[in-house]
Parts: sequence; structure tokens; C-alpha cells
Amino acid sequence: MIKRSFFGLAKPRFVYEPLDSPMKPERIPMPRKATLHFDQPLDRRDALSLNPGDKVKTGQKLVLTEDSDDYIISPVTGAVSSVSAFIGDFGASRTALSIDVAEEEEIDSGFSEVSGDVSLDNAAQYLQHLPGNPPFRALADPRTKIETIVVTGLDSDLLVATNQNIVQTHVNAISRGISILKKMTHAKYVIVALPPKLLKQAGGVGGASGTEIRVISEDYPSALPPFIMKEVLGKVVPAGKTSADMGVAFFTAEAAACVAKAFETGEIPTTKTLTVIKKDLSRMLVEARIGTPLRDIFAICGITLNDRDRIILGGPMTGGAIYTEDYPVGPETDAVMVQDSAAVSLVSDYPCINCGDCVRICPADIPVNMLVRFCEARQYETAADEYDLYSCIECGLCTFVCPSRIPIFQYIRLAKYEMAKAEAEIEPVEEAPVETPEDTTAEGAEETVEESQEETAEETDA
Amino acid sequence: MLNQKRFIVSHAPFWHDGSGITERSYHTFLAALPAAIFGVVKYGMPAVGVLSLSISLAILWELAFNKVSKESVTIGDGNAALIGLLFGMVLPAGAPWWLVLVGTFIAVIIGKQIYGGIGGNPFNPIAMAMAILMLSWGFYIDIDVSLIHYDFGHYALYPIGALKHFGPSAVEGVTAADLLMGNQAGAIGTTFGLGLILGGVYLILRNFIRWEICLSFLVGVVLTALMFKANDAARFGGPVIHLFSGYTLIGAFFLATEDSSSPVNFVPMIIYGLVGGMLTVLIRNIGAWIDGVFLAILIINTINPLLDKIRPKAIGKVV
Repeated sequence: MIKRSFFGLAKPRFVYEPLDSPMKPERIPMPRKATLHFDQPLDRRDALSLNPGDKVKTGQKLVLTEDSDDYIISPVTGAVSSVSAFIGDFGASRTALSIDVAEEEEIDSGFSEVSGDVSLDNAAQYLQHLPGNPPFRALADPRTKIETIVVTGLDSDLLVATNQNIVQTHVNAISRGISILKKMTHAKYVIVALPPKLLKQAGGVGGASGTEIRVISEDYPSALPPFIMKEVLGKVVPAGKTSADMGVAFFTAEAAACVAKAFETGEIPTTKTLTVIKKDLSRMLVEARIGTPLRDIFAICGITLNDRDRIILGGPMTGGAIYTEDYPVGPETDAVMVQDSAAVSLVSDYPCINCGDCVRICPADIPVNMLVRFCEARQYETAADEYDLYSCIECGLCTFVCPSRIPIFQYIRLAKYEMAKAEAEIEPVEEAPVETPEDTTAEGAEETVEESQEETAEETDA
Repeated sequence: MLNQKRFIVSHAPFWHDGSGITERSYHTFLAALPAAIFGVVKYGMPAVGVLSLSISLAILWELAFNKVSKESVTIGDGNAALIGLLFGMVLPAGAPWWLVLVGTFIAVIIGKQIYGGIGGNPFNPIAMAMAILMLSWGFYIDIDVSLIHYDFGHYALYPIGALKHFGPSAVEGVTAADLLMGNQAGAIGTTFGLGLILGGVYLILRNFIRWEICLSFLVGVVLTALMFKANDAARFGGPVIHLFSGYTLIGAFFLATEDSSSPVNFVPMIIYGLVGGMLTVLIRNIGAWIDGVFLAILIINTINPLLDKIRPKAIGKVV
């Protein structure tokens, strides 16, 4: 962990530390049991289209209920063993699906039948959950006009080496993926964002005309999408909008490579590359099927965990802690980090002392000292209107330097979540036709759940 | 499920740079110590008495408030001890015990705790306590009165007081070196200018205080003093005496920079400091009081929230 230097006048500086040479990923064997997560809540009253005992094939499109457009792609072949509800971040009800993996793998032919037609529709229908979570669903919206595609060759969080490794080792696949994406979205420009250190090995990415390599700084958080927008494209995303609204779509190097693989082979890639950050901060790269429980990965990597340790999905600055080793690898899991109980940093309920360290380190120039006061007091609207809540790019630096150890980052995320929830509650009531009062409330409630989930999903994509 | 390991689940980020409030308090304490120790050597046991009483009473007041308000005990963060030390340092060595008792009560309870404790106070607790004492019992904190029984073997008038009452001719022989090395009369912890400056520089280097505030405060003092001197050299003293005597240095490095009551953005910090320095000299030269530092700090504390609205535009901010 980076500690405050003795001479604290200089701001702490975080560097991404790109790899000198590519690492060879360790292959994790096929798990015995795979777990998959639906964003949809489990409602026992619905007729489920998936029930224990159902056989699924690798690459098969799975929907929870007939009328749902939320789907996942089965990464394994086997039989459904259970469908259960679980609670995700911010208390979101989601559904977990367990599959007992069969010995013989069978590939589903659903996608190969349509893979000859390279279109956004097909991508949104089948490839939304490719490793690296490409934003196809947002792009398939006819209101979105994409002008620029940005492929990031540097992982947005510190210590994570997944995409920088792929950008070095899969130059050709990424180039082909870029051509497919360009054709699909009719984008005019394609930009590959790389740190200077990776230029030598990955400089050949693109090949196709119209692909530009742009160098980004190695200082955190220059690889976060809002920062690439600002530094590379010279565009500032207005608070409350997404980069897609501005005509820019972000793909990770891994997603671009997987798009090429999917359309070329007709099979949907189901293997996720991820960085394992061990307790001593040494890094390992592994390849695992989506749905593999982390327990399997820890066993292969020689990681033993004890009580009061911490497991983090993602990197040290923006990841999320989870409570069990049985949590599965998802399509968006770029890294898993473990921390020894001795290294676990804790937050406190101490008040802000107004030292201003957060204000000076904030890359988005937000008055964090004021923002956090309003967030703590649940004055979310004032926080948004007067203290730039929506300008936050969620890098976590303020919380890193806070001497009061306030969980500022979490307060900001909670504020954004509460604001989204409040907005979702207002709109349906206005639009709903005037019927019996009970009907209106029931409808309103349902729509609220759906909308807040969509917004959470969009945030994860961005 | 029974033999599941229990992991710590918490929010991102999962690293912290290790800074803390306790660390800040005790390093500020440490930085103020050279000047305080010098005061002890200079004024002897009465100074030890005032400082010890002040520190222990400040801690006890805070503990008492914690108990009465049924909150968790906060004296461990060192802030109460720091208030006690700084308050002791701005008192003259001859201050009576009840003055320390009342002063620490004002500083800790009225200056800080009733606003919600650390981080909530709009005014510097020490400046507030001293301002109230100045208004109520000015006689007891008059430096010349309380040091009347001392014989230092050097020019023993309180320079700022002498300047106020007798004009610049009364302090003609006083040099910058004298003032810096503590050859002057003053409150316990304010005479050793060099010690205060070293402490301040240490705090700046460690980023425990903000250099913009101290520097602009001192610049404000110098500029205003120069202006007055240029206007009427026979009536007003020069920048050296304003800078190195009275409460200027402790005010610039330890009081004006108090986190809670000072701004954090660059331009506001500069304005805040400059105004503080200017007001100090204004009150000294044409005001009713001998030393204007505490009143000046209270005034800049008042304008701080307004000043801090001057800030850079956040990225993506439309309006």
C-alpha cells in the first residue's frame, strides 16, 4: 500500500505500473459447479423458464422468465441445480443460477446461426455479456449515435493487468474486433488509448484505416473513461450524461478481441481473463470460465484466506468487497484482490475536519469537503445541484487521503443511487393513467424496481 | 454454511494513505513545543503552571462534555490537548488559575463542542476564548501588567503595547534578531519567533497546515504595516515589529490555519490570509486594542464560508 510520504506537501502520485512484458495466464480447470447472476429479481409467482434439472449447453442464451429481455449466456454445459434469490449492492434483489457442470461439453448453435450477419442487433441479442462487458445494449438503442469508439488498453484501476496484457498479446484479434465494431456501429473514428510503455508491443493495434493510437498518462486515474474523454477527445461529459450520449463508446481491449472471436468462430467466448492480486501485491493472470467460483482460483494460485481477510472484486481503488469465496467470476470481473486482515484499512464515523486534502487531490475539481457534508446529512438534491455530485468520476482518491477516514466514495455512490431512485419514483406516477389508486401504486412500484436496475446496469457499463 | 470464513466487507477504496486526525493533532502539538518550552525557560514555574493547567483542563472539559452529551469519548484524537497547549501559549505567565479555567471552557465547550465537536466549529476556539477574555478581563491578560514582577535583563516592555501607547520611538532599539530569539516580553509561547517559524515550516512541509494561509497572512501584515509607515512614519511602526512581536506568528501558523474554520481552495486561502494580516495591523494601528490578531482571525473565520464559494469549476459542470 502506498503510504503518505513524510513530506506531505507533495500530492501522493499513483502510477498504473504497466507490465514490462506480457504475462502468461494460468488456466483454471472447468469448475464442477458454475454460478451465474441475473440482474432480474426472483419472483416466485412468475413462471420461470429455468427450473432445476433443465439441461443447458455452452453458449446457450438463458432467460429467467419468458417475457424478460435480460439474458445471460451459459458458459458451461450441464444441468440447472438451483435458482435462488440473492441481494446485491444497495440491496438490489437479483437471482443466482447454479449449474452442475457435465463432463462432456456441448456448444449451443443459437449464435452460430446468426453470426454471419454482423449487426448491432445480433450483438445486443447475444454478446451483451461477453468477457469485458461491451456496451452493446446501450448502443442498440436507436437514439444513440456513435461517432467514436475508444478501445482502452490500460485497465482503469491500479494493479489490474488484464487488458494491458491482452492488448500486448492479442494485437491481431483486437484489430479484427475493431473492424467489426466499426462496421457494426458506423463509427467514424476509432481510438486506441495506450500508456507510453505499451506502445512498443501494442503499437500495431488497429492496422485498419482510421484507427488512431493515443497515448494516455500513466498517472491514476487517466484510464478512467471520463478522463479519456477529457484528455484524449477533449470532450467533457456533462454532469448526469453518459459518454454514449456524447457519441463515444468505450470497449476494453478484451471485449474487442472477444467480439472478433465470436463473429469469426460463431461461438460466444466464455472464458474471462482476470488479474489475481495476492496479499503481497504480487500479480498473477488467470483464465477462467465465467461462473467459476473464486474458491477454485484461490486454490490454483495458492492463496489461503483467514477470518477477517478481505476479498475484492476489481482493483484497490474502485472494486467491491464480497463476503464469500463461492462468489463467481462474472463477465465484468477484471481482477480479484485479496487483502490480509492486517492490511485491511477501515473507515470511521469521524466528522470531516475540513483539511482540504480531498479537494486538492480531486481530479474533477469537486468541493468534496462540502459534498460529503451534504451526503452525510442526506441532502442529496443540494449535493447534486450545488456541490457537483454528478461530476464525480468515482476514482476513490478523496477517500484514500481522508484523515478522518470517511467513506466519501461510498457516500457519493449512495447519493447517486438515492437520487436515481427518487427520480424513478417521481416519473411513473406522473405518466401512469389515472385508474384505481391501488393499481397505480402497484404499477409504479414495479416500474421503479426495473428502472433503478437499468440505471445500476448502465453505471456498471460506463 | 456453518464453517464459512468470515471476511471483512467494506467500501472502496481498499487502501488508505495512513493519515489520521490523531497524527495531525500531535504533530501540531510537537511543532508548537519549541516555542512553549522557550516560554517555560523564560518565565519559569508560573508558565509551567499555566500550560499544564490549560492542557489538562481543556482535556477535562472535553471529557466532561462527552460524558454529559453521552457521546463517544473524543479526547484521544489529541485535539483538546492541542487547544489546551495553544491557549496556554497565548496567555501571559501571570494569568490567574480561574482565567485558565474560564478560557479553556470557552475554547473547548463554546468554541468547539457546541458546534458538534471537531470539524464543526466556525471560529477558531482559541481566538474565540481570547477575544471573550479580552473583552471581559482585559486587565488580567495585559502582558505588561502580568509580567510586572519579572526582570529579564533586556528591554522588557511588550513591544506591540509600547508601540501602541508611545509610538515607534519607544521601540527604536528593538531589532528583528532580538524579537526572533525571544528577547522580548510577551505571552508564554509567543516570544520565541524563530521557534514558531520553525514549527510552522515543519507543519507546512508535512502538509498539516496550508502554506497559502500562513504566507498570505504574513504578507498581509507586512504590506499593511509598510503602507501605514509610508503614510506617517512618526506614528506607526514598521513591518518587523508587527511581524515578530505580539501574536502575529502564532496566529499565522497555528490559529488562522485551523482546519475547520479556514478555506481550502487556493484563491480563498490567499484572500483569507491577506485579509487576516491586514485586519491585524489595522486593529493594532487605528483600533482600540493593542493586538488585533484574535479579532482579525474571528473576522476572517466569519467570511470563510462565503470565500470558499470561489472555486474551480468541476468537470462536466454545465452551469
